[in-house]
Amino acid sequence: MKKKNENQAEVQERIGVYVCHCGSNIAGVVDVSEVARWAAQLPGVVVSRDYKFMCSSPGQAMIIKDIQEQGLTRVVVASCSPHLHEGTFRGACERAGLNPYLFEMANIREQDAWVTSDKTEATKKAKALVAAAVGRVAHQQPLEALLVPIDPNVLVVGGGIAGIQAALEIADSGNHVYLVEREPSIGGHMAQFDKTFPTLDCAACILTPKMVSAGNHKNITLLTWSEVEKVDGYVGNFTVTLRKRARFVDESLCTGCGVCQEKCPKKVIDEVFEAGLGYRKAIYRPFPQAVPNYPVIDKNNCIFFEKGTCKACEKFCPTGAIKFDQQDEILTIEVGNIILATGYDLFDARKVSNYGYGRLANVFTSLEFERLSNAAGPTGGNIVLRDGKTVPKSVAIVHCVGSRDKNYNNYCSAICCMQSLKFAHLVKEKTGATVYNFYIDIRTPGKGYDEFYQRLIEEGTLFVRGKVAEITDVAREPGEEGKLIVQVEDTLVGKQRRIPVDMVILSAGLQARADAKEVAQKFGISCSADQWFIEKHPKLDPVATMTDGVFIAGACQGPKDIPASVAQGAAAAARVLSIIGQQQIQIEAATAIVDEETCVGCQQCIASCPYQAIIYLEDKGKAYVQEALCKGCGTCVGTCLPKCISLKHFTDDQLVAEMVGAMRTMKEFELIPMEAAA
Amino acid sequence: MAKYLLYPGCSMESSAKAYSESLAAIAKPIGLELEEIEDWNCCGATEYLGISLTPAYALISRNLALAAKQANGNKVVVAPCSACYLNLAKADYYMREQPKLGKMVNEALSAGGLSYEPGTLAIRHLLDVIIYDIGLETVKSKVVRPLTGLRVAPYLGCMVPRPDYEKRWSDHEHPIELDLLLKALGAEVIDFPLKTHCCGGHMTQIGPETAFELIRRLISSADQYQADIMATVCPMCQMNLDAYQTETNRYFGTNYQMPIVFFTQLMGLAFGLEPDTAGFGSELVSTKRALAKIGVEIAETETAPARPKKSSGLPMPKPLPRKPELAEKSEAEK
Amino acid sequence: MVTPQTLDLPTTVPKQIEDLTLLEEVSARTAGVSRLEMCIQCGTCGGSCPAAADMDHTPRMLFAMLRAGMRQAALMSNTPWICVSCYHCVVRCPQNVHIADVMYTLKGMAIEAKLYQDSTAPDFSQTFVDMVEEYGRSYEFGLATRHYLKHFPLRLPGMAPMGMGLLSKQRMSITPKRIKGIQQLKAILKRAKEIEGGKHG
Repeated sequence: MKKKNENQAEVQERIGVYVCHCGSNIAGVVDVSEVARWAAQLPGVVVSRDYKFMCSSPGQAMIIKDIQEQGLTRVVVASCSPHLHEGTFRGACERAGLNPYLFEMANIREQDAWVTSDKTEATKKAKALVAAAVGRVAHQQPLEALLVPIDPNVLVVGGGIAGIQAALEIADSGNHVYLVEREPSIGGHMAQFDKTFPTLDCAACILTPKMVSAGNHKNITLLTWSEVEKVDGYVGNFTVTLRKRARFVDESLCTGCGVCQEKCPKKVIDEVFEAGLGYRKAIYRPFPQAVPNYPVIDKNNCIFFEKGTCKACEKFCPTGAIKFDQQDEILTIEVGNIILATGYDLFDARKVSNYGYGRLANVFTSLEFERLSNAAGPTGGNIVLRDGKTVPKSVAIVHCVGSRDKNYNNYCSAICCMQSLKFAHLVKEKTGATVYNFYIDIRTPGKGYDEFYQRLIEEGTLFVRGKVAEITDVAREPGEEGKLIVQVEDTLVGKQRRIPVDMVILSAGLQARADAKEVAQKFGISCSADQWFIEKHPKLDPVATMTDGVFIAGACQGPKDIPASVAQGAAAAARVLSIIGQQQIQIEAATAIVDEETCVGCQQCIASCPYQAIIYLEDKGKAYVQEALCKGCGTCVGTCLPKCISLKHFTDDQLVAEMVGAMRTMKEFELIPMEAAA
Repeated sequence: MAKYLLYPGCSMESSAKAYSESLAAIAKPIGLELEEIEDWNCCGATEYLGISLTPAYALISRNLALAAKQANGNKVVVAPCSACYLNLAKADYYMREQPKLGKMVNEALSAGGLSYEPGTLAIRHLLDVIIYDIGLETVKSKVVRPLTGLRVAPYLGCMVPRPDYEKRWSDHEHPIELDLLLKALGAEVIDFPLKTHCCGGHMTQIGPETAFELIRRLISSADQYQADIMATVCPMCQMNLDAYQTETNRYFGTNYQMPIVFFTQLMGLAFGLEPDTAGFGSELVSTKRALAKIGVEIAETETAPARPKKSSGLPMPKPLPRKPELAEKSEAEK
Repeated sequence: MVTPQTLDLPTTVPKQIEDLTLLEEVSARTAGVSRLEMCIQCGTCGGSCPAAADMDHTPRMLFAMLRAGMRQAALMSNTPWICVSCYHCVVRCPQNVHIADVMYTLKGMAIEAKLYQDSTAPDFSQTFVDMVEEYGRSYEFGLATRHYLKHFPLRLPGMAPMGMGLLSKQRMSITPKRIKGIQQLKAILKRAKEIEGGKHG
């Protein structure tokens, strides 16, 4: 084929161009055979074909054949997005013996056929995109992907059901796990619940065996009352600094007998485990089945730390395990992979002032109710009003509190409908009270979930479709005196109703942990606008993140129920085990590189790197890019004034050639209007 | 001394005379300088909005245009009347949210040689300015006759705390601003649950039965809480609860005698002014009994059954601090 | 290709009265961005409304009727006229619909189309507006007398004590107040009406 373009330095490479029809996705709009015909005259092109499905086996075989028989040194495929098939075609090149970085893709589907209606214009644009790719690929250089070894230790942050599941799966495989939990015991929110839907299994009964396994497992190092302070490194090679907070109890001596808690004179409202509804002592373990079973001393509420007196726990401890002089321990561990399973916080229902939580005594939140119903809770499992003794005769359960609401959280919290049905059942079973559920929709998608809804209807729950407008204690007529009145529009009847009840339970929504943003930053991952951790792909990769080696599982990724949390915990474990199993991992080769000779050591690039991938070599006075951490974003390249950093696979030559290829074509086809359109 | 542009509103000169008198009396002591907008016109209340969009907003915006022209450095318009306040605030807000509306309104204003750039002025309610600009400390310092023993039901009405597009108020349902002001005057403030419930507005003229029911709810609740007097910020609310109390009583066969005054009147009393200087005397439901209460020396207060205080039982969650500056102050009040 | 018009499906909203442009029209005529189409029919507005018991339709029901294009029935509803503009619905609505302002729009549309069951409210508003356009200020005495004479003549004797009370305490003026720039205001309003009329000719 004759190369005809004037002013073009002679191109040494032998370039193959393949234009894909993608069925009718591209061919329906772009004249693909015309594009292939036209591309043949671009400088360096020796082969130019079009084909129905380039990603198929015959399509790939075509490329391999041409590489081998026609001696191609560069390949361009004009088809879909590189996100989908760059890997496919790079793989084909590699199998043919051509370095995969000598391949370039032109996206004439998402960037052309799918967004252009005019066929002539679409074809012209396709030509420009192909010309750009052809120009670029001629300047591309072979690159080798970096291989890094994987440390088989794993860090799991968060000891709720998702974290426990992940830890157990990895530990069972023979690999070692550090399970770090902020509270004195693992168990998370699930330990607070009474029963779980839809089976009405007792939450503690199904959770504690897993907790005990995790506590006893030879491959799990349990670090409770601890937090991660710093994370350095990259996939396969993380260095994590932890703070193991002082319990003021010597774990090697403590037998978990509980005498210290009995004797402690200082009672404090337990805001965490008892949801503010019950009390604990200054020395406490959050619940009887705590794992590990050693108590901690709450320094801020302990008489000894406040005034220097008391020491009742020390006096009565039979093994002398109380150690007031214990210090926080800073630990540094090396792990290869990290799983974040930090869970959720409950939406603060005090914000919804028309529901009166915090002002009206007998309005409770979901977690408060779980504690009421739980046999180990502050009322021994009796469902009573705030006075601690009266059994309610009528109860209202309000769905969607703080969820699906532009005034608070926009999203649906996924579990509240099922949870509200569960509450209705528990109330009915324990008190025989009249139960109302106020809802906008009933969302019961899981296995056995809609059947659970049917069951609740059979049990006599009264369902009113209407989002509760107001909960008030101001009576308007005799029957309302001394009650809480739920004011709502029964939308199915089209009338406003005022329903007097004794007790109201608010199904408050789930939201991301208050410190989610800081935690994300610590681990180098991102949060969405709602502050849930962001997954790599919402459909196809929900447990991975954009940071290699860091995975997420459970409610921290978004509101979900226990089965989904367990599944994600297991999924994250599987991903980690697959990385460990590979023993080494390939890192994308398009990384930045510093020219040591010209680098002046100004460190501007270090400051600008969003991934903290560049370090300063003190002895040489030069910057150095840690390839495994580099994401190839190019920020440092733009920042470096003397231009001594370059980005492999995105060099100036390549980028300029790409632009020239495109612009020349656009000019030829007048894709850039020379004067205003008529 | 801060200077504000004042939009009095039509009621201030007639039915809410007590408001304007008491406002004039207390403004100087607390250092509130008010400059009336030249030749302001009626804001249209809730009437013009129900007839036609552009004329309604043009009517309101003539005032905004005049105020902006008056070129007062402060650029804050204070409206004591809730409906006027809401209309002025809404007009400015909607013209910003929807540029098309701003264009139409300005086109209409141009026929009168006026124009208004949305966002130029800040529209604030009188109570907002007293709490957040003047400050409770200043108010407290002027109190010479604390209203000790006077049980006051703070009644804010609906149009001040809602819709509150500029987020000036601590809450939409149970804001604490008026409570704190009354506490600063030394009064015993009841935790009035209907403090932002509607008085019925113009329904007294259009659909009296609807209005009477709304009025009854408010008065009976204040009565249940054994309030001596209600304090409000809005001329319409005062009118409805005061002037229509007799008709409401007649309609329901009740016999309430709940006086209702403007909060500025109570401020006047607390500042040591004589009742007639503080705007008293024009209300239809007598305030005699209530005033007598604070003429009496500070004896033990009658313990009235307030909200049942739990002594035993399960703990309640702590209240949510809505605005940090108010939270600190309310702690100080305790 | 089968188009909806060719299907003869039974409906309980007769096709000839269904006007599917209604929702858009109401939204366009409301101040600000109404977000009316975002309504998920949750019923918070109907539940919050202090005057709902007196309404033909709850606000939510009215919006459903707008969506169904039931122009006649929606404009004839007494709902907007009972609305007291307390904005409870607005601040609680999970979709941030400007409910109270939609009510104002519906009032205006009802007046324009002369569709209302009871003329009390429209007359009151019109009388109020006439006063304002004449004097630049509201004129309660004039408003009250004209309004009660027309609509509640039998209430007048009962209202006398209150009326006398207000007059004697100088809370109501027998003569109207006037602004200086009344011509300016009239010009502005005249132009505004032309613009408004031009919008939906």
